[in-house]
Amino acid sequence: MSDLPNREAFFSNIDHSIPTAKDWMDTLPVDIRKGIACYAGNPKSLEYVGLPNPRTWSCFDEDWQLPENWQQILHEGFKERLEKFRSFKVFMDICVRCGACADKCHFFIGTGDPKNMPVLRAELLRSVYRNDFTRVGKLLGKIGGARPMSLEVLREWWYYLFQCTECRRCSVFCPYGIDTAEITIMGRELLNLIGLNIDWIATPVANCYRTGNHLGIQPHAFKDMLEFFVEDIEDITGVNCMPQFQKKGADILFITPSGDVFADPGTYTCMGYLMLFQFLKEKYGLDITWSTYASEGGNFGFFTSHEMMKRLNAKMYAEAKRLGVKWILGGECGHMWRVINQYMDTMNGPADFLEVPVNPITGTRFENARSTKMVHITEFTADLIQHNKLDLDPSRNDHLKVTFHDSCNPSRGMGLFEEPRYVIRNVCNHFYDMPRNTIRESTFCCGSGAGLNAGEDMELRMAGGLPRANAVKTVHEQHGVNTLACICAIDRAALPPLMEYWVPGVEVTGVHEMVANALNLPGQNERETDLRGEELPQLEE
Amino acid sequence: MGLDKLLRKKKATIVRRWFDVVVDTYPVDTRRFLKSQQDPFANPVGRTTMTGLKHLYDGIVEGMDRETAATHLDPIIRIRAVQDFTPAMAVAFVLDLKNVVKSVCNEELQRGDALPEWLRFEHRVDALALTGFDIYMSCREKIFQLKADNERTRVMQTFARAGLLKIEPEADANSGAK
Ligand code: SF4
Ligand code: SF4
Repeated sequence: MSDLPNREAFFSNIDHSIPTAKDWMDTLPVDIRKGIACYAGNPKSLEYVGLPNPRTWSCFDEDWQLPENWQQILHEGFKERLEKFRSFKVFMDICVRCGACADKCHFFIGTGDPKNMPVLRAELLRSVYRNDFTRVGKLLGKIGGARPMSLEVLREWWYYLFQCTECRRCSVFCPYGIDTAEITIMGRELLNLIGLNIDWIATPVANCYRTGNHLGIQPHAFKDMLEFFVEDIEDITGVNCMPQFQKKGADILFITPSGDVFADPGTYTCMGYLMLFQFLKEKYGLDITWSTYASEGGNFGFFTSHEMMKRLNAKMYAEAKRLGVKWILGGECGHMWRVINQYMDTMNGPADFLEVPVNPITGTRFENARSTKMVHITEFTADLIQHNKLDLDPSRNDHLKVTFHDSCNPSRGMGLFEEPRYVIRNVCNHFYDMPRNTIRESTFCCGSGAGLNAGEDMELRMAGGLPRANAVKTVHEQHGVNTLACICAIDRAALPPLMEYWVPGVEVTGVHEMVANALNLPGQNERETDLRGEELPQLEE
Repeated sequence: MGLDKLLRKKKATIVRRWFDVVVDTYPVDTRRFLKSQQDPFANPVGRTTMTGLKHLYDGIVEGMDRETAATHLDPIIRIRAVQDFTPAMAVAFVLDLKNVVKSVCNEELQRGDALPEWLRFEHRVDALALTGFDIYMSCREKIFQLKADNERTRVMQTFARAGLLKIEPEADANSGAK
């Protein structure tokens, strides 16, 4: 017989603590693991935007160099927010612990860590809330689900509030509509009060404040990059698609996430926008302008605090006003749309100086954007296709077998389900949806949203992205799907590594990259390659 | 009855217990979910593990080549390689199959004539465990490669492609991230 030690003996010296069902509060201290946690915010970035307690520190250190009165700061910050945000107060009070949300979070499903159940994530704050602000909590203590804030609790907050992508999937299943994302948002806002932030958020925020985009790219480089795309497009199609920059009096201002301008494969989506606008200019005289000042649709302020989100968002309306455009067209972005639909109007609006968006080519009035004055590009393109205004040859996408990832924010944050699918079906011939409980309002997050798309937390990103990847794998195996389309710049950055790890052989694309590959430009040469420079299927024989 | 025959007959019990052993490597609150949720999209960890174990068990009993073994083992190890496990814990479940079989087929194994079949069975499990370590290592290497090739690097590459930046070979992809 085998002389291997039995498994108990084998594992006796391996430390693997297991939290038990009832006593989740007894599992402290939490072991902050490499591969899960992110690096701390660079002090220079914090200083630049006036965030508190800038210093060099690491979450793996013993001493986090907190301000002496950090507990008081958190308590007062908590109190202020309970008074200011009614939803926050309600969410603290009404959870009945029914557990309906427990297994709906991709981070719980992928990591298997029970503290990633949304209900426990919310309990992080709720337990302190009960202790600090309710009589029952004060009286009963732990039995009443209450506990005082301590260094150990703080570490737990930090660890698990940065294992939530604020995707809102859990809220879809909660009978009370409790939105754990909102609780995470508040929790992170509180952490920021004592200087606890991650660099992948803090530095883009500082950059965006300084130069208008997350990467800190200056206007001339932004312009250089677009001009480089123009050259590339001309090589491929023979058509010059030079855009207009900050043109005063243009009809429409176009704003997209900078990821589309600066990182592959988003860059091909960006080329797609340029080609679509060129087509519409030639055919129908569309007057649209880009801005090197409003050069970022994304808003990492959203992952920092309401105040920071407002500051960074303000440039959109400010630039629209300065240029005197009628309305704003927005590119394929994720959280930008949640900020726009949920907050922009009340934060920086009302934008009375803009008009209710009307598509100048079809005459369609976008009533849904009556208040924000901002239209999503897939709504715009779907409207053009519906009115037969585009000249499309979908066979140029025949080598693609496409599925569509509903990004959390456009789907759950604004209900954008049909338009992207309608566009995809019109520009390519092979489209296969993933299983129903993984798409539309039930979509699984990419696992890297809300500022978590760093490099150092790759294990977390892969585990959190597992439910999404698992559904892609199914259509890959069943239908030979080789292309994962999305309408979010973070997705375009986050999904390629996710596919590389879980479903090799599936490429990531933006929807407007496929639009442009199918679009016949007036005066174009015979197309030999797609925008990525790869030979087109009809030509390979 | 010979051991092989018995292993075939008791397949359902053995695979179920083997699955339980794997599930027991997860925290208590997670186990119930992994066992009870049958939808493969709501519970990819549980369902992938169950499917993989079934195929692996068949392969061990009937014999399979290394490539087939890797095909069925890869999805399970790939998951465990990004979860909170040490390398040993990520792979040890393969060896646990021996204990499961020992407890289910205890009586038969006491008989001397079961030895040759048991040795062959054991050998196959050991070989599978070694394959598991290879897979685990390749998963970890992939993770490290993805860490190095993060978004910041890809931005630099895009700039280089546009001729706006020259990437120095020694440039640290993570500079700035502390
Ligand atoms: S918002 Fe998303 S990531 Fe956060 S707890 Fe809910 S399901 Fe999980
Ligand atoms: S589903 Fe809603 S009420 Fe039920 S535990 Fe989750 S947050 Fe609480």
